[in-house]
Amino acid sequence: MRKIFLIFPLILFITITIFLYKGLENDPSHLPSALIGKNLPQFELETLLDREQITDKDILLDEPFLLNVWATWCYACRLEHAMLNELATEGIIIVGLNYKDDRNLANDWLNQRGNPYLFSIFDSNGSLGFDLGVYGAPETYLVDRKGVIRHKRVGIVDEHIWLSEFQELYLSLKGQNE
Amino acid sequence: MIAEIGQLSLILALCTCALMLFIPILSIQFQNESWLRLSAPLALNQLFFACFSFVCLSLCFVFDDFSVKYVAQNSNSLLPLIYKVSAVWGAHEGSLLLWIFVLSGWTAAVAFLGANITVKFRSHVLSVLAAVSISFLLFLILTSNPFDRILPIAPEDGGDLNPLLQDFGLIVHPPLLYMGYVGLAVPFAFAVALLFSERYEKVKMSWCRPWINVSWAFLTAGITLGSWWAYYELGWGGWWFWDPVENASLMPWLVATALMHSASVSEKKGTVVSWTILLAILAFSLSLLGTFLVRSGILTSVHAFASDPERGIFLLIIFIVLVGSSLFLFALKGHHLVSKPASKGWTREFFIIMNNMLLVSITTIILIGTLYPLLSDILNLGKISVGPPYFDFFFVPTTIAIAVFMGMSVSSRWNNGNFDESLQRVVLPGFASIALGLVTVVVIDFTSSSYDFSWQALITIMVASWIVLTLCEDIVAKIRSDKLKILKNKSYLGMTLAHTGLALLILGVGLSNSYSVQSDLLMSPGKRANVAGYDFLFKELIKSDGPNYQSRKGIFEVSYNDRDQGVLIPEKRSYFSGRDIMTEAGIRTNILKDIYVSLGESVDSDSWSVRLYVKPMVRFIWIGGFLIACGGILASLNRRNVKVSSLNS
Amino acid sequence: MHPIRRQRLQIVALIFLLSACAAGLVIYVLGQNANFFFTPSQILAGEYRSGSTIRVGGMVVEGSVSRPNENLQTQFTLTDGKTSLDIVYEGILPDLFAENEAAIATGVMSVSNKLIASQVLAKHDENYTPPELTETMDFIRYSDYKVQ
Repeated sequence: MRKIFLIFPLILFITITIFLYKGLENDPSHLPSALIGKNLPQFELETLLDREQITDKDILLDEPFLLNVWATWCYACRLEHAMLNELATEGIIIVGLNYKDDRNLANDWLNQRGNPYLFSIFDSNGSLGFDLGVYGAPETYLVDRKGVIRHKRVGIVDEHIWLSEFQELYLSLKGQNE
Repeated sequence: MIAEIGQLSLILALCTCALMLFIPILSIQFQNESWLRLSAPLALNQLFFACFSFVCLSLCFVFDDFSVKYVAQNSNSLLPLIYKVSAVWGAHEGSLLLWIFVLSGWTAAVAFLGANITVKFRSHVLSVLAAVSISFLLFLILTSNPFDRILPIAPEDGGDLNPLLQDFGLIVHPPLLYMGYVGLAVPFAFAVALLFSERYEKVKMSWCRPWINVSWAFLTAGITLGSWWAYYELGWGGWWFWDPVENASLMPWLVATALMHSASVSEKKGTVVSWTILLAILAFSLSLLGTFLVRSGILTSVHAFASDPERGIFLLIIFIVLVGSSLFLFALKGHHLVSKPASKGWTREFFIIMNNMLLVSITTIILIGTLYPLLSDILNLGKISVGPPYFDFFFVPTTIAIAVFMGMSVSSRWNNGNFDESLQRVVLPGFASIALGLVTVVVIDFTSSSYDFSWQALITIMVASWIVLTLCEDIVAKIRSDKLKILKNKSYLGMTLAHTGLALLILGVGLSNSYSVQSDLLMSPGKRANVAGYDFLFKELIKSDGPNYQSRKGIFEVSYNDRDQGVLIPEKRSYFSGRDIMTEAGIRTNILKDIYVSLGESVDSDSWSVRLYVKPMVRFIWIGGFLIACGGILASLNRRNVKVSSLNS
Repeated sequence: MHPIRRQRLQIVALIFLLSACAAGLVIYVLGQNANFFFTPSQILAGEYRSGSTIRVGGMVVEGSVSRPNENLQTQFTLTDGKTSLDIVYEGILPDLFAENEAAIATGVMSVSNKLIASQVLAKHDENYTPPELTETMDFIRYSDYKVQ
């Protein structure tokens, strides 16, 4: 009788813990992976700088590249920018997706802070962002040369994230290319 | 450089804790009790390292070292100095560092306060506290290091502190709340150490009780302040939202309240010991659970911090290790804690235990309501949220029942409880509170045109006066029977103060709910509106900019029956960084009534949506909370007459 | 021992009975107050229980916000990218409410297939600057992907 009373809390605790563990697996930040392995969505937009028309067919490059979602209103992007510049000097191709932003502000930003992007897609009303499942900035996608999304990072890419999540995959994708 | 020193200091703190953890084992290993004397100085060491590390992070903020990632994310060079310092605990990493700093403070306090604790028992308690510290230090260092740098190139300026948090409330609210949350680790450590000891001694409970009272008082103060902050900073006049994060702080509070009372029973009567131990474990477990729920991002809430599944897993592991092992120990060794059988009859003990049951039940109900959305999500029953009516439905009747038992318990004896005697004592307070409730509500109904008769108000006043009047009766009875000495007893005074505080709190909640008048409307400068007899004139709208934000201020002149009641200045701020918009309410208060204006949005060129509020008695909520906290502190100052001879009893 | 045992048994039975009642009540009240979350598409498909309080999330359609009268009544349209739903709300909109941004409305469906909202939320997270509401949009997109 007394023993049951003493063990009861432990049993209750174990139940709750299992349940919490399941809850963690359900973490919302796992959801976006649904896009992995799919092609970039179709779009028809302008580039930021030259206002050229650009579609999803145009960004099939010969190399894997990073698609980086950024905006001037995004503070985390400011922190990330130095890292992107660094990656660009290492020869990694980065395409920008300027998300829900003002064209002039965005161009000023690139003039001031350096432009790590091969070009930026100007997505002022967020239509491509919506199709991509972007829910903020910064976000970074690794896209292979067939236009298939291979990895997605929500939040800042810093050195640690690059080394642990991107570099190996990037190099292997690049290797397949050659 | 400073960041690296801070980091090193954290690692040294970790080493110190590791040593402190093993001291009792070492002393057995070497069969030398003098090892146990090492625990206390080690605790002081830990405090030193934790404090040093905390100072280092603060310095990084003050000197705008944006190469430190955490600083860059949460501060910028425009931020006023005071917010730079408070930004230290404005986000996840820093607040964890504060957590550890506070825990080290408690550990050192346990090591050096409470002179009559035996060296051995103290060393055991410190060892358990060290285990808690180690878990969180590892968590901090491995998953959320605040000293991480952004290399190779540091940004030239940082992001910004969430404008919601650029406020006095934030400077004080988290540290107070943490003092409470973390303070519950001390009763937890005592409980675990007690489980290790061979048999229960009342004296050990009396060593533990002041710690329960103090941490509970801090928790009370933290929650009260948080609710006050929500009231004036979130802008819309609410003070409690049944948000998961609020629930996460309320649950440990409720269990700690139960613990405080059952510990007094266990100390005085030597009964319900294993229950008290269980409550001590549960209170800290719930504070850990709260930390987990908030930090893992498993639940979404207004307060949610950026979520990271890796951190969630780590926190879950900590939760499993600390709580699981202590509950396992409880299941294994709980039966050693033989306590006397519970006293018979209508004693004070009986009523306290009844309230204990109620407190634990309502905690369970809140826990279910908080976790139910998660359960439904896991079982694919759909995404849901549990509305406040669920919580209100259970919380209100439970509170009333608790208040009734509270009065009964004050009016009963510890020994030889006699139902007739208790009943006799409460007849007068009982009838008086019913009469008081009826008279007040009817008078309000007849004299004021803006307020109608309200059942809620009637019950509120009856319950609150019941609490106060039974206390008064008790004091009078004590004076009559010449027990004046007990009136000087800090424990008794603390109890009286806290119970009175609860009465005020109930009064504030109930009356502000039943008599508040709210009006949302469209106003443009020059227009007037009338709410509950108060005349609001929207005089003008002015621009005024702060150091890091643009602002619009509305000037509202308030009058009542043509008597000037002053000017209210609600404000709308939009921060330069991050496009954040903030609403600062304009509040005019005397103790009995708050007049409240907030600006919504500008609808067209010159009209604004505006919320006008007249809230009577709402201040009583926080005054009550403050008194409750004071009561807890006062009670903990009580010198207990523990004689050394009783160590052997 | 026997009378004590019997008394104990009675107490246990009483506690058991009480907690069973409490559990039943909790489940009932929880069911009454659990507000289910839907996307406009799900509403259109009639997946909700009529008369119950529900929550609808989506993006506020550009140009849809209007105030027909001289009071605080606001009408706007929420979309999940496929279908949209009209919301009627009287009161002050939250600070971060804007067109092309995400919002959640809580309320009851009317006969004319509009949501009469009692509360509108627009939530965001300072650490990550999402212009849209994380949970809602996640949910919407996730269900979209599942369809594809």
